[in-house]
Amino acid sequence: MLETIWFLVWGILWAVYFVLDGFDLGLGTLLPILGKTDTDRRTILNAMGPFWDGNEVWLITAGGVTFAAFPTAYAIMFSGLYTPLMLLLLALIIRGVAFEFRHLRDCPYWRALWDGAMTIGSFLPALLLGVAFANIFQGLPLDSQGIFHGNLLTLLNPYGLVGGLLFVLLFALHGAIWLALRTEGELHHRAVAWAGRIYPILGVTLLGFVVLTVPFTGLLRNYLTNPLLLILLIIPLTCFGLLRREIQQGAGWKAWGLSAGLIAGLTLFGVTGLYPNILPSSLDPAASVTVFNAASSTKTLSIMLLVALLFVPIVVLYQVWMYRTFSHKMTSHDLTHDNAY
Amino acid sequence: MDVLWLSRLQFAMATMFHFIFVPLTLGLSILVAIMETQYVRTGETVYLRMAKFWGKLFIINFVLGVVTGITLEFQFGTNWSRYSAYVGDIFGSLLAIEATLAFFLESTFLGAWIFGWNKLSPKLHAACIWLVAAASNISALWIIIANGFMQHPLGYVLRNGRAELDSFFAVITNSFAWQQYIHTLAGAFALAGFFVMGISAFHLLRHNETDFFSRSFRLGAIFALVFSLLVAVQGHHHAQAVTRIQPAKLAAMEALWETPKPGEGAPMYLLLWPDEANERNAVEALGIPGGLSFLAYGSFTAPVQGLNAWPKEERPPVLITFLSFRAMVGLGTVMIALAAWAWLRRKRLQESPKLLRLLPYAIPIPYLALQAGWVVAEVGRQPWIVYGLMKTADAVSPVAASQVTFSLVALTLLYALLGAADITMLTIYARKGPKPA
Ligand code: HDD
Ligand code: HEM
Ligand code: HEM
Repeated sequence: MLETIWFLVWGILWAVYFVLDGFDLGLGTLLPILGKTDTDRRTILNAMGPFWDGNEVWLITAGGVTFAAFPTAYAIMFSGLYTPLMLLLLALIIRGVAFEFRHLRDCPYWRALWDGAMTIGSFLPALLLGVAFANIFQGLPLDSQGIFHGNLLTLLNPYGLVGGLLFVLLFALHGAIWLALRTEGELHHRAVAWAGRIYPILGVTLLGFVVLTVPFTGLLRNYLTNPLLLILLIIPLTCFGLLRREIQQGAGWKAWGLSAGLIAGLTLFGVTGLYPNILPSSLDPAASVTVFNAASSTKTLSIMLLVALLFVPIVVLYQVWMYRTFSHKMTSHDLTHDNAY
Repeated sequence: MDVLWLSRLQFAMATMFHFIFVPLTLGLSILVAIMETQYVRTGETVYLRMAKFWGKLFIINFVLGVVTGITLEFQFGTNWSRYSAYVGDIFGSLLAIEATLAFFLESTFLGAWIFGWNKLSPKLHAACIWLVAAASNISALWIIIANGFMQHPLGYVLRNGRAELDSFFAVITNSFAWQQYIHTLAGAFALAGFFVMGISAFHLLRHNETDFFSRSFRLGAIFALVFSLLVAVQGHHHAQAVTRIQPAKLAAMEALWETPKPGEGAPMYLLLWPDEANERNAVEALGIPGGLSFLAYGSFTAPVQGLNAWPKEERPPVLITFLSFRAMVGLGTVMIALAAWAWLRRKRLQESPKLLRLLPYAIPIPYLALQAGWVVAEVGRQPWIVYGLMKTADAVSPVAASQVTFSLVALTLLYALLGAADITMLTIYARKGPKPA
């Protein structure tokens, strides 16, 4: 029971991370396209400025909870995916630094350098996370000792690549909508226009991903035994359908909410399909890492649950306060104060 | 090199790099919070300008602490997966708690502080930096409780082929961890004091913003003096705990090979050079009979075990542990002397050009002492990853050496570049001084 609760929490943490940091990663990816001038690019960075670090902590927490609740899964996943994770790290490092370093010097080459770091450091995590999750859905080549028999290229199979592309597009759309929310004038219109352009490409990719999921993964097993759960697929697809009109009407908060619902829904659809596995083995189903054979002791899981019930609501409260206080439409004033990026 | 060595090297490099930036965060956040509180209380704009100037340096330093922290969090799984599976039941939850209690608080309110100068009321804005300061110090607490478990494991049972949690209370009240925490914080606060003093001295020497920098200097001097004294006094107690809990580490710290005969006490030598290959000291001079026994137990004749009491493969590397310990204590002594001098002169700074010229060069001293201290703690713990419970050699991930070589080279290069850029930016902004009033 506790194991199952923690598995759910684990899935929700990833969903929240993708929704929140997703718009940062997407906006960073689109930086060269949306930001034509230095002022545009500064506006884009400041649109995510107060939030990106707080968003990234959801990733640290998702990793920390994997470690705390399912140490065996953490050990196998992180060592098995060694190289992609290191690439993810390097990317997140240059992205984080780019926010702060870029504005410290007023030299076009310096700024171009960090713009590049921002773009690569945002695109690569989106891609790698998509590839990694698609491969987990598909099953990793794990033997009964939990040793990974493969390399980076093993992961770059067709389904993995479609998953990577899907994440990049989901986040890019999510980011464009965020920028539209926070800006007025030309930049706002450009953001809406790009959201409109990404939308159909995302649609095709999404369709491809869902269709490929049937032959390539075992995710549907749970849905066949319990068709009611299919609501987890219907919700994101409905969000996607409704999103079109909202984008045409100027991409307001409703559009952002729908895009968030799409991302969170898809994540939960995948994670629920995995259960009771966390890391299915493609070599031998018996070697799969499950919620039960990877979990921490009952004592640890209970204490952690207590900590989570006490403190996560507080975190949510102050993060909501933060979003409410700082997500106004930006003006030139937001770029001139002392610490603006 | 094999995977084990590469992983050790990578872990050492990555933590030591993280810890270049973390201690300044821990101490400077509090100093900035004090400055901004003074502004809120008195309304004097000099305090506002102080909070902004030192706050900017704080932010430039902070960003590298953040991005290098994630590497560490991941590395337990990527490089020490057998360790993670073996002690994750206890160790993992401490890291998860750290993120939930501290990192969210820290990152969210730092964002609010950076972007909130014109949006939040002065009181609320000052509260934000206090929350950041509290959160960084809470984060340090949980990570050190995790490290404390590796140094002195408590509250576990061996079950299901791994270490499982037996008493959470025992884990978090581990007195060894709390001592480490106090010692590390005191060192970090002293470091922040030296940082502020050094930069202020640079400007005072040039008669730049004298009022602004005299006030900053005084605040820094108090921090530097109080915490340099604390770190030394408390470090002495800490060494006594090490004697009891990890006697092999203490023997390596002092390069003591032979266990003295009963009733004879171990001497302490001022001049010493260990010769590891021959299991003896090449140089041993200026001895104080019973000195080491006195330091370790408060009695000149208390028995202290020598390194020969352990088989070779159970001893930590002696030379590194010994030299690092000497370096830490030596630098700590220099810090006390400098901080005392600065404090005595705090009201007549302009008449003390020698002091002002010296202090900017003293900034690296506490940095080196902190790094040396961690080398004592971590290298001195070898060959154990969790003392007495698991060997480092059994902890490493089943990954290919080529993978670790790639990550080690990539991280080292990237860190070197980013570190150099960050320190350059800090220097430029520190020299530039505050914005004109
Ligand atoms: C400004 C930094 C600084 C200064 C001046 C000192 N220390 Fe220290 N020391 C540290 C910073 C530090 C540290 C980096 O923070 C360590 C590493 C692990 C820890 O808990 O604190 C440490 C570790 C450490 C250890 C090993 C703990 C372990 O094995 O876990 C001992 C025995 C001492 N210290 C003792 C001293 C003594 C007797 C000092 C007398 C001057 C002293 N330290 C000055
Ligand atoms: C920030 C201050 C720290 C520094 C500078 C530091 C330094 C080091 C060094 C030099 C090593 C290599 C030792 C060797 O292999 O000979 C090491 C190993 C290690 N440390 Fe730390 N450490 C720090 C804090 C921590 C903390 C807080 C933890 C745990 C929460 C930790 C966990 C480890 C682990 C898992 C290893 C690898 C295994 C080993 O070599 O024993 N360290 N550290
Ligand atoms: C070796 C184990 C360590 C791990 C796994 C670790 C993990 C992390 C992580 C993930 C972050 C980023 C948080 C964010 O995004 O806001 C971070 C930052 C930080 N860590 Fe560590 N850390 C380690 C060692 C230490 C030690 C020994 C201390 C304190 C004594 C410490 C104190 C901090 C602080 C204060 C920050 C805030 C950012 C900054 O440094 O400027 N860490 N750490």
